[in-house]
Amino acid sequence: MNRTLYNHLIFEYSRKGRRGFTLPRRDDAAGSIEAAIPAATRREASPELPEVDEPTVVRHYTNMSTNNFGVDTGFYPLGSCTMKYNPKINEALASTSAVANLHPAQPFFTAQGALAAYWQLQRLLSEIGGMAEFTLNPYAGAHGELTGLMVIRAYHADRGDSARTKVIVPDSAHGTNPASAAVAGLEVVEVHSRPDGTVDLDDLKDKLDETVAAVMLTNPNTTGMFERNIPEIAETVHAAGALLYYDGANLNPMLGIARPGDMGFDVMHINLHKTFSTPHGGGGPGAGPVGVRHGLESYLPTPRVVRDNNGYYTVSEQSNSSLGRISSWLGNYTVLRRALAYILSLGKENIVNVGPLATLSANYIMHSLCDLYELPIPGPCKHEFVFDGLKDKSSGVTTLNIAKRLLDKGFHAPTIYFPLLFHESLMIEPTETESRDTLDAFILAMRQIAEEAKNNPDELKQAPHHTPMAKPDETEAAMHPRLTWKDLTS
Amino acid sequence: MFRPHPYFPHTQADVDAMLARCGVADIEALYADVPPELRLKHPYDIPEAMSEPELRDYFARLDAENRTLKCFAGGGVYHHAVPAAVESILARSEFLTAYTPYQPEVSQGTLQYIFEYQSMMCALTGLEVSNASLYDGATATAEAMLMCVAAARRKRRVLISATMSPAVAQVCGTYARWHGITLETIPEHDGATSLEQLREMLGAGDVAGVILPQPNYYGIVEDFTGVAEDVHAAKALLVLNCVASTLAVLRTPADWGADIAVGDAQSLGMPMNYGGPYLGYMCTTRALMRKMPGRIVGATTDRDGQRVFVLTLQAREQHIRREKATSNICSNQGIMALHTAAYLSLLGPEGLREINEAGCAGIHALVNALAPGGRLTPVYPDRPYLNEVLLRVADGLTARQIIEAAAAQGILAGIEVAPDMLLVACTEMQNRADIDRYVELINDLPLHE
Repeated sequence: MNRTLYNHLIFEYSRKGRRGFTLPRRDDAAGSIEAAIPAATRREASPELPEVDEPTVVRHYTNMSTNNFGVDTGFYPLGSCTMKYNPKINEALASTSAVANLHPAQPFFTAQGALAAYWQLQRLLSEIGGMAEFTLNPYAGAHGELTGLMVIRAYHADRGDSARTKVIVPDSAHGTNPASAAVAGLEVVEVHSRPDGTVDLDDLKDKLDETVAAVMLTNPNTTGMFERNIPEIAETVHAAGALLYYDGANLNPMLGIARPGDMGFDVMHINLHKTFSTPHGGGGPGAGPVGVRHGLESYLPTPRVVRDNNGYYTVSEQSNSSLGRISSWLGNYTVLRRALAYILSLGKENIVNVGPLATLSANYIMHSLCDLYELPIPGPCKHEFVFDGLKDKSSGVTTLNIAKRLLDKGFHAPTIYFPLLFHESLMIEPTETESRDTLDAFILAMRQIAEEAKNNPDELKQAPHHTPMAKPDETEAAMHPRLTWKDLTS
Repeated sequence: MFRPHPYFPHTQADVDAMLARCGVADIEALYADVPPELRLKHPYDIPEAMSEPELRDYFARLDAENRTLKCFAGGGVYHHAVPAAVESILARSEFLTAYTPYQPEVSQGTLQYIFEYQSMMCALTGLEVSNASLYDGATATAEAMLMCVAAARRKRRVLISATMSPAVAQVCGTYARWHGITLETIPEHDGATSLEQLREMLGAGDVAGVILPQPNYYGIVEDFTGVAEDVHAAKALLVLNCVASTLAVLRTPADWGADIAVGDAQSLGMPMNYGGPYLGYMCTTRALMRKMPGRIVGATTDRDGQRVFVLTLQAREQHIRREKATSNICSNQGIMALHTAAYLSLLGPEGLREINEAGCAGIHALVNALAPGGRLTPVYPDRPYLNEVLLRVADGLTARQIIEAAAAQGILAGIEVAPDMLLVACTEMQNRADIDRYVELINDLPLHE
């Protein structure tokens, strides 16, 4: 990463009359905008967009990119985000003119390849998730959660059971779980965690009644612990008439080990940008396919890709019991293609090693640092684990200081201050694509930081020192929001 | 033990050393807490591993089953030129492989392009605040509907025009159904929203928001004179769903008095990609800024006095509000926002205007050329249209028949809106010869009884 800040804005290069792209000449004289559109509905002044030439645009964004940390520049141990390597062949297969110019409404007989790829991925995810059927329409993990909860509501509605208006979520859950529940019109009830981070079964039993539509769990949970009571949890939830939802954010360590469907989950989503290697793109686009067990297929959203007995693919808009439509078309097709390429590249021989290697890497870091960092939940962990800050807190060095100092040392920070179960959470997830050498370098950096906390805590508290910028004034940003170029210049 | 695979760096020696550090004999010991009855009973029933050349072959075979057509279809997705420079910028893996910019010190690239994107979308809509967080135009419109209801507190009735794209209206309907919002359709009159009926529906005083399209699903540019006054008098919010590219030449949402502008940014040069990924844009006023979902980037200074960018106003967001959240959006549509910022930089105000001129000239040339044959004629001849138009199919033909016959000859003739209605769009991507070929094809179709 370039450690000198490049903070120019494209607007600052704008000079009247410059152009970065030209269009085909048109010879048809018909239809000027002035002739076609009444003046009252036309725009008055031209939008204040930059006027820039192509070399300037390319250089600007290229320079800007060098101030960014990505998986391709270094280790990204961001807990619960599964920042694994994003294979290049996936990019080559996604960004191709064979796909770019397919209109989503073109006739099925001209899109059989696209529909076949879609169908293939539906089948592969169903097999890996242990589910009967998948929809690939949801655009992101949170969108998948929302869709999954709508599936559950549609199921209860179809049975005429309108009293189920609550969803039970662990207090350690990802913030999107309760937010998705609220958007789906469900009331959130929190179930307590036991000291080891797993669900308090007695508390769950107390809270389960005929008003509960679903219980949402992540397994392994956000502390990296496997819910070993999951068969009993599933039985209890089902006995109460509710459905069990699997938040697939932490699916990675389960590849090759166990399938959510076999654990008793009824509905699940998968973050393809986590477990199935599609790039995070600075926050998106991702994809959040939703799977359901046998008996719930008809509640999935429309449209759906279907295949007839002759192997011909079509898209169905019809289903009386479907929860409805949640996307314009069939989801983020090029993201789906990347995930398909990833699964086919690993194949049945290698995909079973993803979970074990991710888990081994996490345990390796944990064992290498637990003498210096507070480990509130002793292992073994799965794909990730949580430290509650330094063991020796006498220096006053916080998790935030540690995170910022890691940036100086060429690593991205772990997820910090989450889960909310601990005050100084540092949540570390290495994934299976990091070499032992990289893990060792990270372990060394973390040990050096623990040493600095003892010997030079004041300098540590001022970190970062070697990033393109120093600590930002976030209070100023929130007190006097300047959110556009116009705000900066007026 | 482990077969070498390009994505796994571990050698057997690495695995052995790591196991020794963990104090276990094998990886299996790390999964001792997974009950045996839950374990995989048999290997996944999926294909064996493919090498890169095999993967390329596999996808090439799949892609050979698709046919790229000369596109005269729109319906919310338009075929525009994608500048090579945009593709090149998007391929920068420092952008592509980054996460949401939680650590501003190592994320200035992402934060800066989002700030630029916000600035450009505000310039296009005339509004003051933008996010870069929504998935597509339909879900962005649903989020705007949730915003209306959240802002109105107790009112839970929202109105949406019958001239809205059916997919957008359906997605809003789904969110409304499960969230407990009454979403009602404002009838259309002669291809445009019936403003008379809208006024009547507002009369009840229980409306939280009104959602209208521009141009509408039939390509018609609607006149919203006086609408904002009526909507605001009823203490409701006005949401305009606008095709992003047309914002360069049509009256801005801000000038119409809209509180929220949403829509799909696909028309700003994004590849059609068989349905995604695209980007849902959303802009609003300062007054509603704190009700807006998603992430917002703001400018500030760092300790050394440098201008820098950070995620700001985060108290609004789902991960803080949890069950009190009014949206579950938790990311950015980052790379698509970069796509938009780079595209708009290259085109500039003039280029974007020319895109609209080309579409406008193209569709009017097509309608004029089709007129003598009489087989496809505008359904609403008195309504203005910019780059898309709803055409009536003459007796003896159907929209489906036209689409299938044209596709067989390499042309995507449009979208079937009804058995006798075809929605047709033009951009800069069809030249005179393409238009002539389209007209010839229509005029040559055999009529049935």
